[in-house]
Amino acid sequence: MLSTPSLVLAIMLFGLGVVGLLSRRNILYMLLSLEIMLNAASLAFIAAGARWGQVDGEIMFLFILTLAAAEVSVALGIVLQLSYRFRTLDADAFSEMRG
Amino acid sequence: MEILFYIAAAVTVLATLRVITHVHAVHALLYLVVALIALALIFYLLGAQFAAALEIIIYGGAIMVLFIFVVMLLGPLAVEQERTWLKPGAWVGPGILALVLLGEVGYLIAIGDHLPITVSETRQKGVSIALYGPYIIGVELASMLLLPGLIGAYHLGRRVSKESR
Repeated sequence: MLSTPSLVLAIMLFGLGVVGLLSRRNILYMLLSLEIMLNAASLAFIAAGARWGQVDGEIMFLFILTLAAAEVSVALGIVLQLSYRFRTLDADAFSEMRG
Repeated sequence: MEILFYIAAAVTVLATLRVITHVHAVHALLYLVVALIALALIFYLLGAQFAAALEIIIYGGAIMVLFIFVVMLLGPLAVEQERTWLKPGAWVGPGILALVLLGEVGYLIAIGDHLPITVSETRQKGVSIALYGPYIIGVELASMLLLPGLIGAYHLGRRVSKESR
């Protein structure tokens, strides 16, 4: 069956998302990497649901989709505000809190 | 059947690699759309047809359009920058990957009734019944998440005026 290759693919996609999140400093690309990681998680859910013949995997996919939509709308608003105020998208430039 | 999965998986990984290594935001978004469509094909092969349709409509449609709007809103767009973004060569990579996916879909349509995938109506019905049965609290929580998302996006999306800074 396809469950093991699907999980391997999910792990690979999640790893690519983590690498992108850690290596890129442009905040827009960090958001894209977050989307990739969310997609990998939903692929794992769907593969598990298909493996056991249960519907819970698809329901978790629906919830992840809702979460991604809400997250992207708020995060892109933050990106717009940051670009208005700082004139850059470099994540290292947003260091007013000295974190 | 399995070979279709592996081709779609290869397309997904290649397109995702190009997303995280590209320097142009619009090109990276193009590749991400291709990766999402390939992932939708994988969902279809796994027997989750409704999830595949939602992946294309909401992820590939709505969320990617949001990203493209924001990329277009960021900063004043010079004509020169537009020209570098829309070079004809930019379409070749995503176009080839999407053609591979189109070939797979064509093959799936051509073999027609001999699909090894079980397209079961009872499964989709089960999803709906479970969503509004045991998972109803999750639906309520999702609505409580989406409303603050809407208000937050409205609040953050305003352009700050000069005097309020």
